[in-house]
Amino acid sequence: MPQLFKPSANTLAKLSVILAGLLPVVVLYAGVTVSRSPYNTKVDIPIDQPIPFSHQHHAYELGIDCRYCHTTVEKTAIAGVPPTETCMSCHSQIWTNSPLLEPVRKSYETGLPIAFADGSPGWTKVNAVPDFVYFDHSIHIDRGINCNVCHGPVNKMQITWKGNDFQMRWCLECHREPEKYLYTDAANPNLSGREQVFNLYMKLQEGAKLTQREYNMLYKNEFRYSPNTKEIEEGKALVKKYGVTKESNVDCYTCHH
Amino acid sequence: MQRQITIGLTLVGAALLVAGCHTDMWQQPKVKAQQKSEFQGFSNKAASRPLVAGTVPRGKMKLDEAFFTGFQDGKLVKELPIQVDEMVLKRGQERFDIFCSHCHGRNGDGKGMINQRGLVLVRPPASYHSDRLRNMPIGHFYDVITNGFGVMYRQAPGVEPADRWAIAAYIRVLQTAMNGNLNDVPSDERSKLEASAGKPSIADAATPGEEKS
Ligand code: HEC
Ligand code: HEC
Ligand code: HEC
Ligand code: HEC
Ligand code: HEC
Ligand code: HEC
Repeated sequence: MPQLFKPSANTLAKLSVILAGLLPVVVLYAGVTVSRSPYNTKVDIPIDQPIPFSHQHHAYELGIDCRYCHTTVEKTAIAGVPPTETCMSCHSQIWTNSPLLEPVRKSYETGLPIAFADGSPGWTKVNAVPDFVYFDHSIHIDRGINCNVCHGPVNKMQITWKGNDFQMRWCLECHREPEKYLYTDAANPNLSGREQVFNLYMKLQEGAKLTQREYNMLYKNEFRYSPNTKEIEEGKALVKKYGVTKESNVDCYTCHH
Repeated sequence: MQRQITIGLTLVGAALLVAGCHTDMWQQPKVKAQQKSEFQGFSNKAASRPLVAGTVPRGKMKLDEAFFTGFQDGKLVKELPIQVDEMVLKRGQERFDIFCSHCHGRNGDGKGMINQRGLVLVRPPASYHSDRLRNMPIGHFYDVITNGFGVMYRQAPGVEPADRWAIAAYIRVLQTAMNGNLNDVPSDERSKLEASAGKPSIADAATPGEEKS
């Protein structure tokens, strides 16, 4: 009977043992990569909406304050998407014939939510955390965290996309070291943390000269840049000034209860 | 045989482990604000339901007629029903800039961004610096914010009653500032103004944040 296995089969056997050992590592790595990829997290992908609403146009070019539409953002946990009435306060007078605004007019007449052409109602949610996570906007705004730090450069979005993945790892990156993400306008150092948030958009609106940091916040995704040591030193002073407490920030019950 | 049993058991074990994964904590049977609802009775599919007509939240009874409507015994109120101090005016300025300035302009002249971009409005936002509005009882401003006026929609949903009064007070500040003359300036400041005569106009002096009340 001839030899079934040639000597080369030895190498093959050894190789497959090594591969079998590597397999879990590869699978895990692939799993993590997929879980963190835009395919899963939808980061940086503009989301279809019933109306192509542009933040660049309304928030930056027209200079409407975020709080005109997201009225509850500094008081409550949710920011909220504005009611049809808010759009109609302007669009009852301007662009009244635009076909793009047909869903707004229809919603105002019928009292039903703004809907897609196929009838499925409502704006598509762009940012969300799972139901077992408690998130609160008001405390973050009060401590001077800019909207763009979490949501990406909203002021230049034609169609809204998600700026960050909102995975637990991401929340904790800031909860451990908030000093990296705090910012103050050198020209207006007396503003409170909350006022600093909206002052930045005002500055852009007025065409004031921007520092590199401000430019990153407004046009890039701030979270993806690490601040230099000087900025971190300044941030540490701001932690005190804005009254940020770090003690309970990484305790599980802060976000899961 | 033995090997098959081992493999079989491992597979069953793995299946049991995977069966532990579910998503019912991700999507719990609760509703959050502004969520959709498939419930049959809710014709507009919104999970947040409107209040039943006539509901009064505990502690929210609107007893103070002047404060909540801007009218007292059918007449517009002439005096602010709140105590005015610097904090109130600052708050008024902030709220005005958020809710009114893009139409009415930062100094209330009716030339907000919407106008400036050359858009033709059916009726342009009013300037606050007409004699009629200057002499209007302050309750009128509260009423306009609460119920709208002409083609202007109400701005009430985003602005709480106390803030509406703060805005009304701030509009008075703007009106005073835009209508000021040299005699309103304290005498020690006046000489400075006169020295630079011709340069500053009253309109410049009315950039938000600088006026005196
Ligand atoms: C004219 C009204 C208006 C203004 C002003 C405005 N927004 Fe929005 N915003 C909307 C509407 C409508 C949506 C829902 C449609 C969408 O997602 O694009 C929205 C959605 C969003 C979302 C995504 C919500 C989701 O579904 O997760 C974010 C984040 C956001 N806005 C941030 C901001 C910030 C920051 C500003 C100020 C710079 C701002 N908005 C100013 C009307 C406005
Ligand atoms: C403060 C006034 C104002 C408010 C509030 C406002 N818009 Fe607009 N919107 C405008 C102006 C002004 C333009 C167009 C101006 C231009 O093109 O220069 C516009 C343009 C648009 C367009 C593009 C129309 C076209 O045919 O190109 C869409 C879509 C739109 N708005 C949707 C909305 C929605 C949805 C809301 C409510 C969340 C809203 N807007 C609230 C002022 C407003
Ligand atoms: C610390 C990060 C952070 C900051 C700062 C932040 N957001 Fe958010 N935002 C979130 C998260 C997380 C969600 C998803 C919340 C959920 O699913 O309940 C969200 C959701 C939203 C939504 C969707 C509607 C809602 O309320 O769920 C809007 C609109 C929004 N944010 C606007 C804003 C605006 C405007 C600002 C600035 C004034 C801001 N956000 C600042 C993290 C942030
Ligand atoms: C860019 C920085 C930053 C990011 C990102 C961030 N946070 Fe925070 N968060 C803060 C700061 C600062 C505080 C205030 C801590 C204090 O002073 O008590 C805070 C407070 C909170 C609190 C309230 C704690 C309390 O004492 O009431 C909750 C809940 C919370 N964050 C949840 C989240 C979740 C969930 C995420 C991710 C989706 C997140 N945060 C992302 C900076 C951040
Ligand atoms: C700053 C807020 C925050 C804190 C503090 C926090 N978590 Fe989370 N956690 C989150 C968010 C946000 C998610 C959702 C991640 C996602 O969407 O994939 C999450 C998800 C999870 C999950 C689900 C598994 C997953 O990642 O998909 C587990 C389990 C969990 N957290 C356990 C913990 C434990 C244990 C602690 C304490 C050591 C803790 N968390 C502290 C925000 C937080
Ligand atoms: C969407 C644009 C818009 C916004 C936002 C807006 N207004 Fe107006 N406002 C108008 C227009 C247009 C008129 C003129 C109405 C008419 O003549 O039919 C007007 C008229 C007025 C008048 C004059 C009423 C009279 O007796 O002649 C007052 C006072 C006023 N607005 C106050 C406010 C205040 C206070 C706010 C902020 C809380 C505000 N408006 C926000 C567009 C706006």
